[in-house]
Amino acid sequence: MKKTQLNQVHRELGARMVDFGGWDMPVQYSGVIDEHLAVRQAAGLFDVSHMGEVEVTGPNALAFIQQLTINDAEKLVDGQIQYSALGYSEGGIVDDVTLYRFNDSRFLFCVNASNTDKDFAWMQQVLADLAMTDVTLNNRSAEFAQIALQGPKAEEILAGLTEVSLADLVYYHFCEGAVAGVNMIISRTGYTGEDGFELYLPASSAVEVWQQLMKAGASQGLLPIGLGARDTLRLEKGYALYGHELSREISPLEAGLAWITKLDKADFVGKTALVTQKADGVPRRRVGIVMQERGIPREGYPVFVDDREVGVVTSGTMSPTLKVGVALALVEPDVAKAGTELEVAIRNRRMRAIVTRPPFVK
Amino acid sequence: MEFPEEFKYTEEHEWIMVEKDLATIGITDFAQDALGDVVFVELPEVGTVLEVGKPFGVVESVKAVSDIYAPIAGTVEEINEDLVETPEIINTSPYEDGWMIKIRMTDASAADALMSSEDYQALIAEES
Repeated sequence: MKKTQLNQVHRELGARMVDFGGWDMPVQYSGVIDEHLAVRQAAGLFDVSHMGEVEVTGPNALAFIQQLTINDAEKLVDGQIQYSALGYSEGGIVDDVTLYRFNDSRFLFCVNASNTDKDFAWMQQVLADLAMTDVTLNNRSAEFAQIALQGPKAEEILAGLTEVSLADLVYYHFCEGAVAGVNMIISRTGYTGEDGFELYLPASSAVEVWQQLMKAGASQGLLPIGLGARDTLRLEKGYALYGHELSREISPLEAGLAWITKLDKADFVGKTALVTQKADGVPRRRVGIVMQERGIPREGYPVFVDDREVGVVTSGTMSPTLKVGVALALVEPDVAKAGTELEVAIRNRRMRAIVTRPPFVK
Repeated sequence: MEFPEEFKYTEEHEWIMVEKDLATIGITDFAQDALGDVVFVELPEVGTVLEVGKPFGVVESVKAVSDIYAPIAGTVEEINEDLVETPEIINTSPYEDGWMIKIRMTDASAADALMSSEDYQALIAEES
């Protein structure tokens, strides 16, 4: 199994480790609910070094990225980040990504850990198909560790370890600077819905920076956070996760990513299929669901309206903040409207639920 | 972790406390720790007839759904209603407040065949 530089640190912290897409990762330390609430109320530290990083450089970098991604990369300015996705020509999703613009000839993609090799191969293939020159692709995933610091106390904690003016670093922007004496990319992004940062640093400095952050945050209630709480945190905000809400079989229009699907931009991979799908009407829509009865919706549970099966749960959990079951589901478009009453089949019972526009927790 | 001497145990990580022909059943300290935060418990209705080895209820943590199997045959006499509102007492008190059901055993002597505390601790030492 693959290990991040922080593997031993997690074990010393008493983490329970699991196989996450071939990576030996911490699923929890003190407990999922405890960690979840720490991020909502104070701050949490996540090892996300398994995420992949692919650099795109050269005079044609931007032109290539415009063809590769569904969002409009022309809109980015230096130091800005964009949420985007790579699509197949049939309309499905290769991966969802964040795109960092350093300048018009240097960009960095952050991709999902288990998709890194697939994404890199896909980028190489698209580049070859376009027969485009003056673009260099570099899979730099092994060089980078990635640590996320998330929560209302994140800025205060990080400020103690850097000279960078964090107040000037706004959401979905990044800068390069030193934290705990280590040069890195400081990105004001995250997957929790809280304020916070994602730090891209040399893998060799991961342990030192992690320890410094833990020390700096100790008095503010900073806790190490595992993948269990990472999932409940993103679900409460209704964020999609590849392999659940996003896949080769699900288009970005179905997945609730119409807001990043720029059908009016010049050609890109998947555009024709998506334009057709939009004109015909999408067969399914991703919705949020809040249970009206005590019961926890889980991935794969069917969703009903009366006796008609109208869809399936793609991710679900008990919300640690709301203490009710919440889920994301793919359903037929006529039952996708907020307020629609439906039922989730939980084992041998149908339980009442209501379509609710995420975020479930504001 | 504690595993009371006076209880019997199963490979499915349940404990059984026998008083004459009445058995109180719950999950062990090891099981609650492995599950993590318990957020939902589903129990059978009073009067349900249980067969050995058949699932009689469900314990859900944030991440996982686990069936709970009947360690012994009998009829459900009482269920722990507190678990509906406060399932987390399985984590904080697995052997007392977090008990799950009481059953009137068909054959109380069948409990003798279940594991002792010592045998159970040997089992989980192998598993962990």
